[in-house]
Amino acid sequence: MPTLIKKGQGDDFAFADDAFTAVADDQDIPQGDVIISLARFQTDGDRLLSEGRQIGVRIEPAEEVEALAYDLPRLAVVALAFPKHRDGRAFSSATLLRKRLGFAGEVRAVGDVFLEQAGHMVRCGFDAFEAAPGVTPDQWAHVVHRHRHVYQRAVDARPPAFVEREE
Amino acid sequence: MYQYDAIDKDVLADRAAEFREQVDRRLKGEITEDQFKQLRLMNGLYLQLHAYMLRIAIPYGSLNSTQMRKLAEIGRTYDKGYGHFTTRTNLQFHWIKLKDAPEILDHLASVDMHAIQTSGNCIRNVTADPYAGATADELDDPRVWSEAIRQWSSLHPEFSFLPRKFKIAITASAKDRTAAKAHDIGLMIRRARDGQLGFEVIVGGGMGRTPFIGPTVREFLPANRLFSYLEAILRVYNRHGRRDNIYKARIKILVSALGREEFARQVEEEWAKIGPAGDLPDTEIARIRGAFAPKAFDVLVNRSEKYEAALATDPAFARFARNNLKPHKRAGYTIVEVSLKGIGDTPGDATSEQMEVVADLAERYGQDDIRVTHEQNLVLPHVRLDDAHTVYLALAKAGLGTPNINLITDIIACPGLDYCALANARAIPIAQDIAKRFADQDRAELIGELKIKISGCINACGHHHVGHVGILGVDKKGEEFYQLTLGGSGAEDASIGKILGPALPADKVTDAIDTLVEVYLRERHDGERFLDTFRRTGDAPFKEAVYADAH
Repeated sequence: MPTLIKKGQGDDFAFADDAFTAVADDQDIPQGDVIISLARFQTDGDRLLSEGRQIGVRIEPAEEVEALAYDLPRLAVVALAFPKHRDGRAFSSATLLRKRLGFAGEVRAVGDVFLEQAGHMVRCGFDAFEAAPGVTPDQWAHVVHRHRHVYQRAVDARPPAFVEREE
Repeated sequence: MYQYDAIDKDVLADRAAEFREQVDRRLKGEITEDQFKQLRLMNGLYLQLHAYMLRIAIPYGSLNSTQMRKLAEIGRTYDKGYGHFTTRTNLQFHWIKLKDAPEILDHLASVDMHAIQTSGNCIRNVTADPYAGATADELDDPRVWSEAIRQWSSLHPEFSFLPRKFKIAITASAKDRTAAKAHDIGLMIRRARDGQLGFEVIVGGGMGRTPFIGPTVREFLPANRLFSYLEAILRVYNRHGRRDNIYKARIKILVSALGREEFARQVEEEWAKIGPAGDLPDTEIARIRGAFAPKAFDVLVNRSEKYEAALATDPAFARFARNNLKPHKRAGYTIVEVSLKGIGDTPGDATSEQMEVVADLAERYGQDDIRVTHEQNLVLPHVRLDDAHTVYLALAKAGLGTPNINLITDIIACPGLDYCALANARAIPIAQDIAKRFADQDRAELIGELKIKISGCINACGHHHVGHVGILGVDKKGEEFYQLTLGGSGAEDASIGKILGPALPADKVTDAIDTLVEVYLRERHDGERFLDTFRRTGDAPFKEAVYADAH
């Protein structure tokens, strides 16, 4: 099982118990809270939600988060997949989930979740990370806080350089 | 010039510290080579044939004498005493040790320089007009926008892992010295009828194995909406650009597959959703603009007696003035092009001593301003005509006085098989051989503007597609062959060159160039450049002459 690191209210990071079971499309859906594919959510989502479970949906890079626009208030987690760490589409997906679609639940990085990209992920609105085994919350926090300044507005509340300069 | 403030300096220091840590983790085996590759590339560090190569960013090709001296020092301390200026207006050191790289980045940071995003699938160094702030025909100073883009694109949270690299060029002149239409985004500064400043936005140009002249996606974008529009383009590309094939991953392929109209529609739709929240505040643009405020030029008359006297008495200087001095917007000033294409030298190479000479001249006579051109030369943009002869003599003494800007010997060449792991063939010796053949300056001037561009492989770093004459190295059963393309241009009249015929062996290339020149001199009408003649006659007379032996 990968280790789940979660971002706290501040800029703190800690290991967290994962209440969700990730379910592949060829597996039966177990009891409890699950993360399922978009396709499966579209066929079984209503039924699962009516059972009172917490549901997460896994979005592959080629899938558009806009497909979830009307379901987001019912979802606890959107898991954005990194099949390879250098596939950067999930950064756009996370940004859109937060900024445009107003999703307030958990945005989780899954797949090839690379420590060195932690800063980018947090800036784009990810708040949960299935990091590689051995990676600690301290390491995660260190990478996230490595840069004292940022140049752009992003999903996080950090003031970009052009705002800092006004102060 | 833009001066880094405390924030900019912190960013460089943090980046250097970050890279030091990453190198350390790699050396300890905590990250794999595959993972490290992405990180080192985003810090400009390549593994080449013989050693590591470090590519240092020269943002929009602009640097001061302190920075140039630092590059000279790095070349002397960590390399073999020279560096290579590239077609991306960066500087490459080809003989770097991995363990030295973090220390070099610290050195660079001490003079507000870095190697951030000079490689990797991210937004690269912006190309701007090397005559910015000096040429009379510009509508605005492109450096203002280039610096704003430098900041916006640095460590961008969303756009640092794009399908492929991403290059932006900005020009504000009718005469395009940036090859804007061969970039992923070309921004041409325009003024609307009502005087409003804006950009013509060209997207999807590029070279490589599938060259395109970029189409115009928006005729006029108000200047204050630039950043939301860039965000829209980058987001459409990040989401929809191909990632299954490295050779089809550039934005040009997406634009071409969707068609200009559909691509533009998607960008406009995304842009409407982003809205002005994605734009930079006017106050920040104003702050950056202040850094590029016009220099304190002396009020001079147009005619310099000193300059005129030197022209009359020193024929070598007169020749240099004819070819390497360009008109300045202020009376009594001139733009000095410093050729890095000495006959028989490696195009774009400069020794540490030469860098120091240019730095000294810039400090003493050139308002401390130096530019790098995408044609691999240097520019002193603000020299008084009174000082032009003195500057020339100092340049000539350092081997930098070659009077060949835009002539047949002002050749662009990639490092080729002498250095590069990707190359199929050598490029540098071909350039040297052609330059030696046309070393006679009278003949070179008789031929006039003729741009030869040489790439050692189909990745086209030597821009052969847009050479008036392009030369592409290909591998034929282990032997180096060269394919000629004619009629390309990277300027405002951009076009992709057309392949002339079968590739030639290395020892036939210079003869073929000679033949092309002879045909041109025979066919040309008054005032026609090689390119104009070729466009008028088509390739028939050229083809016939070059391949005559084969028939």
